[in-house]
Amino acid sequence: MADLKQNRRNFLKGTALAGGALLAGRATGAAAAEGDPAILDIQPWAQQLGEGVDARPYGYPSPHEKHVVRRSVEWLTADPVSSVNFTPLHELDGIITPNGLCFERHHAGIAEVEPSKFRLMINGLVDKPLVFTMEDLKRYPRVNKMFFLECAANSGMEWRGSQLNGCQYTHGMIHNVMYTGVPLKYLLEEAGLKTNAKWIMPEGADASAMTRSIPVFKALDDCIVAFMMNGEALRPEQGYPARLVVPGWEGNMWVKWLRRIEVGDEPWHHREETSKYTDLMENGKARRFTWEMDAKSVITNPSPQAPIPHGKGHTILSGVAWSGRGTITHVDVTIDGGKNWHAARIDGPSLDKSMHRFYYEFDWDGKPLLLQSRAVDSTGYIQPTKDALRAVRGENSIYHNNGIQTWYVNANGEAENVEVS
Amino acid sequence: MLKSLKLGLLSAALLAAQPVLADGGFGLGRAATDAEVAAWDIDVRPDGAGLPEGSGSVFDGEEVYFEKCAVCHGDFGEAVGRWPVLAGGYDTLTSDRPVKTVGSYWPYLSTVWDYVHRAMPFGDAQSLTDDEVYSITAYILYLNDLVDDDFELSKENFAEVTLPNQDAFYMDDREESPVWSNRERCMTNCKDSVEIVARAAVLDVTPEDAAARKAKEAKGAAAEEPKAAEAKAEPAPAAEPVAVAAVAELDPALVEAGEKAFRQCKACHQVGDGAKNRVGPHLNAVFGRPAGGLDGFRYSKAMTAAGEGGKVWDDATMAAFLAAPKKVVPKTKMAFRGVKKEKDIDALIAYIKANGG
Repeated sequence: MADLKQNRRNFLKGTALAGGALLAGRATGAAAAEGDPAILDIQPWAQQLGEGVDARPYGYPSPHEKHVVRRSVEWLTADPVSSVNFTPLHELDGIITPNGLCFERHHAGIAEVEPSKFRLMINGLVDKPLVFTMEDLKRYPRVNKMFFLECAANSGMEWRGSQLNGCQYTHGMIHNVMYTGVPLKYLLEEAGLKTNAKWIMPEGADASAMTRSIPVFKALDDCIVAFMMNGEALRPEQGYPARLVVPGWEGNMWVKWLRRIEVGDEPWHHREETSKYTDLMENGKARRFTWEMDAKSVITNPSPQAPIPHGKGHTILSGVAWSGRGTITHVDVTIDGGKNWHAARIDGPSLDKSMHRFYYEFDWDGKPLLLQSRAVDSTGYIQPTKDALRAVRGENSIYHNNGIQTWYVNANGEAENVEVS
Repeated sequence: MLKSLKLGLLSAALLAAQPVLADGGFGLGRAATDAEVAAWDIDVRPDGAGLPEGSGSVFDGEEVYFEKCAVCHGDFGEAVGRWPVLAGGYDTLTSDRPVKTVGSYWPYLSTVWDYVHRAMPFGDAQSLTDDEVYSITAYILYLNDLVDDDFELSKENFAEVTLPNQDAFYMDDREESPVWSNRERCMTNCKDSVEIVARAAVLDVTPEDAAARKAKEAKGAAAEEPKAAEAKAEPAPAAEPVAVAAVAELDPALVEAGEKAFRQCKACHQVGDGAKNRVGPHLNAVFGRPAGGLDGFRYSKAMTAAGEGGKVWDDATMAAFLAAPKKVVPKTKMAFRGVKKEKDIDALIAYIKANGG
């Protein structure tokens, strides 16, 4: 009886806007035994009119999805202006990262560039130093390409051991986006490369004036000056109005708010390729110019922020895999910490240097699990264990941790970030 | 024959589908002028290419550094909070906690000059003169015990300075490592036993959302000292109406505009519940407070002196300071050029007040 009252109260509340024209229909008389109130009751959205077409001129997600946001780790950096946040991988499926959820990494905050004042200069070892406006760029033949962008420091907090509980934090410095833009090759050819041109240096218009040295072979191969992402203009936090796309290579090189490209015969050895983004080895020496992002994968569901809600029985395990050197050909999954592995099913487009979605469906017996995934790319490279990486590099590296991730799932379906022997 | 014809047609179609490249380009863009290239081409290379004429001494550098750099990097390059350490760290690169400084890690001095010149001070990039950059670079060398205190750095002697760690860097050799050469994938019976050897829950450093954190803090406070928590809660209702009355006079639109304008202050200042001193002092109850008057914050001598001289923060003094910090309090540590638009200043004052300032 109490249930029925509550039911009725909800119903009354839900239809209050309908002006009290209550229908004494099935809803009021429905006992719980008869069926699901979600079916038996008339829901407010099934009766009242919703907002019209102009209410949301730029659409946004349902209020029930408001927890699906980028999040940061406050203690990681000195302040939020030069910092990073993380893509909520555990809330996404397929391979496209929505524009508003693409992780952010700024060195001097978001530059709010006025498109009418956008200029792209090409100078240095070229026949004709040139200046382009946005209108100029949009008159070049365009390409549409899907690529992942991964920060070299993704999983950097996990080098010494398991640290953060959530794939958003352990693996969320990545996004996968369809870019529209001009092949950089066309712009460099327009300016005319001199015969001794070996390097380019893209530079940002923000207050950090970000710079990196990129070899000319890469610039002429597949780099893009992009102005659209997933079909719309770049978001300010992703470099509006134009950014560089450097497929498969570490995210720091994808200079945002692009304003200049200098051509030279030697690398510049600027801050982001000496003090930062170099890989300190155990012997105190350091690798530099470690550009490619090696094959990597992570199980996004279940994971610490996304437990298994349903108990034992048919269970869907899902995750993402990517490689900066090609496509992903296989993903293997283990549920026993690496004793036995099973081929996962890759679903959706398998594109060069783009995220791949994988699934592994199994009948969970309700006992604790040790979950791992292992990606193999089109060069035959196999994603290594963290121990194998540490055997080569020691524990002082920050960047390029593509080691296998382990989640411990307990009998309640709750997951924790762990390492196993 | 039919097959080859089809293939021919197919390849013709493919060729036609490629964008047509005009000879030598599309004729788009325009020539950059020499002045334009000079304005943007500010980069410097290890061989000294790109360095402008100029010079600066350790002595001069110390003064500029104290004024513009020490607030984040510390008087001796030891760093405040998590800002980058600039000096020392020798013999730490093989230790548990490597300290990567200009002296211990950076390979080239040109990187220091280039970066200070293009991106520092944080929040006021490209405001330093070339001589100031030379002098700061010289002072950073001095902090790293690499030059004597009478050293002067110039375009002429720049290439003579080498950093100790220059030869420790080598090209990416990942393709020669066992990680690369391993092509064997074990699928079954790969291990006899599996043990958990590390757990993130032990460290407990994962961020929680604001609601979870508040709940946890409330729970913790209640468990520790329930009476103290109650006592704290009591005076609040009495204080609240006053605060609300003051805030109510503020124009909400102005406060909202101020929130946006305050983004440029956030790197250094906090205001509102739980605000703490960061690079700059927190701004709670700043109005009515003497300049340099917050206990526990290390102000510049100039700011302390201004307070002792009777300067109190009110709408007028704050507006003047925000417009031109270094004119109002010469030698303040605040490395900020000043708010350009007058309406932003009013908005900032409204926003700070609305949030307990």
